[in-house]
Amino acid sequence: MANDPDSMRTSIRQVRYLGSAKAGTHHVWHMRLTSFALLPLTIAFVWLMLTLVGKDYNAVRLALGSPAIAIVMLLFLLAGIYHMMLGMQTVIEDYIHTEVAKTVWLMANTFFSICIGLACVYAVLRLSFT
Amino acid sequence: MAEAKSRPVSPEARRPLSPHLQIYRPMLTMMMSIMHRVTGMALYAGTLLMAWWLIAAATDARAFATVSGVLGSIPGRLVLLGFTWALFHHMLGGVRHFIWDMGRGMDHPEREYLAQATLIGGFVLTLIVWIVAYMVR
Repeated sequence: MANDPDSMRTSIRQVRYLGSAKAGTHHVWHMRLTSFALLPLTIAFVWLMLTLVGKDYNAVRLALGSPAIAIVMLLFLLAGIYHMMLGMQTVIEDYIHTEVAKTVWLMANTFFSICIGLACVYAVLRLSFT
Repeated sequence: MAEAKSRPVSPEARRPLSPHLQIYRPMLTMMMSIMHRVTGMALYAGTLLMAWWLIAAATDARAFATVSGVLGSIPGRLVLLGFTWALFHHMLGGVRHFIWDMGRGMDHPEREYLAQATLIGGFVLTLIVWIVAYMVR
């Protein structure tokens, strides 16, 4: 029973009474949460970069490996990469409408974010513990 | 997300959907919305540079010298300049979202001021950071 071409009914009738997707406001809340955390963390990160401009290898290693800086860097990286993963998810959902392509891109986004996040965190921890 | 299956309906019979970008006259608030998304995606790509730099620092002096050489070159500096601007622009865009989340700044003159402040603020902060960077170098 396809929609009658003359009908003014919207496709909402096809999803009505199926229940919610059970995801609701989780995404938007985590976007806001990370974005709030990232405001001071970004300022701290830029500040750190300014203190490292023109410094040699040993000075950079020493700075990145010191506890306070390493902790701030880890917070910045984790909050930032989670935030960007959520953001790219929205972009993919907005522009890619075929189910298979959308799923593949969403997977790629998750994999990229986890790989880049793990690599950065590993590097900071290694700088701290070697 | 659950999606409604599209039924075979002739294009003429489709109800009008909400118009997309090309329908509207470009205006500042709309451009800033687009720029927020564009800078966000640029920062996403920029994490590759961040990872490269951190991994090189964790590897050895030679790897770090390679990254420093690339990022310190003129094209490298231009990329970092763009990175700095994208970061500040996106950060200020986020502040704008906080203001909206509190239910403020959505009416006519305020939203234009906020858009202008984000745009100008992004450039000013980038300029300040780069002037400081060249001074402390």
